Amino acid sequence: MNQASDRKWFWIGSALVLVALLVLPFLLKNYRVFQLNLVMVYAVAVLGLNILTGFNGQFSLGHGAFYAFGAYTAAILMDKFGVPYWATLPVAFVVCFVFGTLIGFPALRLAGHFLALATFALAVAVPQLLKYKGIEAWTGGVQGIVLSKPQPPFEFRLFDQALSPDRWLYFFTLFVTLVMFLLAWNLLRGRVGRALVAIRDHPIAATAMGINLPVFKTLTFGTSAGFTGLAGALGGIAVAYVSPDSFTANLSIFLLVGVVVGGLASIPGAIFGGLFIQFVPNIADEISKSAPAAIYGVLLIGLMYLMPGGVMGGVHRLWARLRARTEG
Amino acid sequence: MEGFLHQIFSGLANGVIYGSVALALVMIYQSTHHINFAQGEMATFSTFVAWTLMQHGMPYWGAFFLTLALSFVGALVIQRVVLRPLEKAPALNNVIVFIGLLLIFNACSGWFFDHTIKSFDSPFNDSWMFDTKYFSAHQFGSVFVLLLVLLALYLFFRFTSVGLAMRGAAQNPDSARLVGIRVSWMLALGWGLAAAIGAVAGMMIAPIVFLDPNMMLGILLYGFAAALLGGIDNPWGAVLGGFIVGVLENVLGAYVIGTELKLTVALVLIVVTLTLKPNGLFGKHVVTRV
Repeated sequence: MNQASDRKWFWIGSALVLVALLVLPFLLKNYRVFQLNLVMVYAVAVLGLNILTGFNGQFSLGHGAFYAFGAYTAAILMDKFGVPYWATLPVAFVVCFVFGTLIGFPALRLAGHFLALATFALAVAVPQLLKYKGIEAWTGGVQGIVLSKPQPPFEFRLFDQALSPDRWLYFFTLFVTLVMFLLAWNLLRGRVGRALVAIRDHPIAATAMGINLPVFKTLTFGTSAGFTGLAGALGGIAVAYVSPDSFTANLSIFLLVGVVVGGLASIPGAIFGGLFIQFVPNIADEISKSAPAAIYGVLLIGLMYLMPGGVMGGVHRLWARLRARTEG
Repeated sequence: MEGFLHQIFSGLANGVIYGSVALALVMIYQSTHHINFAQGEMATFSTFVAWTLMQHGMPYWGAFFLTLALSFVGALVIQRVVLRPLEKAPALNNVIVFIGLLLIFNACSGWFFDHTIKSFDSPFNDSWMFDTKYFSAHQFGSVFVLLLVLLALYLFFRFTSVGLAMRGAAQNPDSARLVGIRVSWMLALGWGLAAAIGAVAGMMIAPIVFLDPNMMLGILLYGFAAALLGGIDNPWGAVLGGFIVGVLENVLGAYVIGTELKLTVALVLIVVTLTLKPNGLFGKHVVTRV
């Protein structure tokens, strides 16, 4: 197969997938649509973390914190200031970007496991911070903030199914997700992406090539936090409820797990990460009622042995083998 | 003044616990250059084992030492079976496996021993001679036990050939292998020792905070803060760091920020240490050769 026809098939495939994604919500129940919505939200969050961990080689077990900050930013803006839901997303991005940059600065001193543990401290501290009495007037304390789901701006029916708020939010999230994936792709395929990978693979050589290490690493942390924060805002809007206990340390763990499951330094891998975060806990729950987390842990360790490159790594390996067979 | 002194002393008592968790972290770090995220959950699991043994009528010290032995062997087996195949894998894969272990141990603690909060007996009861106004007998006893552990570790590393081999394997694995040290087994020994230390810490803290599957999460963070503050490559620094963190946490919690934000103290300490004094108070300044 030559390049031109490869490209043609790529566009045809993408168009088919897009049509399927647009029709799908009308074929499913509202609850399933809501779940798919969360899959996309987690995919964006995982994408954000993947920019940091996969491309730049910095670990974070604290991205749940940024997710929480994003969700709270959106909720407070909507609840206290009456800002429309779509306008909260850029604010959430900026707030989390600033926050991430501030965290990224001390993170320069840390590598590997230490960074993971230090950011984990952030993740563990977040529920406590959100419950803090001093800011209760804003955050609603332990109770959290209840939002109302945005209504679709127009009426529409397909296959005898109305455009419900969940279905409308699905399209909204789909649009934002596509934009974020495009942004990430554009950011990472050029000069900046190469600089990030160079820093990951050989920091000293990267410095010698004229890459400003501290600036790049800090800004990467900020951008990554911004992506995840925006995902948090999307998630907050979709669930229509934020509370300190929905953002425990487990969330951060799941996000990192999503990155590894999808495949490090792989943009499409983030989608598999999102699917894993949303559906695998349910599956684990069905296998064993008493200890779903244990099943989850076993799955994780098993995956590390069988597919260390994540789903995308596995796909690439399979693809390479198939190609070798057809051509050889 | 009375109350302040009281806060300081109970801070010191907590500090010993943090110090011992920090010590376990430093131990594993020195022998494998990994930080074991599952350390806290493994310690909790060990404590549950000790609790079960005591429920079946075993005397305290019998259960104590049996638990130490079981933890040691258990961690050795885990290292051999789960982690050895990944010795050469990138750090991230290791972190993920540690997280997997954390989830498994946490879930198993809840599954086998259920989630209700249990009280855990202390071997040092109030009639003991050291029961004073500032220090309860248990606090005094746990300080004593942990100092004993530290001394034993020091003697082990300083004066036994196995200890020497372990230090060699950690410092320069390649040369150690050339002189006939089985480096991989030394790592496993390090795991076993760290698990045993963790078990001691768990059994000492359980009478204070009560036993439940999530007992160690906060303590692990304080331990990490202590290890960083003292310098991650210095066992004595880790213990001292533990004391400092314990006192700070208690005094700040009582007078400045209140008990709700206690975990944030650990976070702030970690960030401040790393920003102002990245090698910790007593750590070596490491110069890497390019």
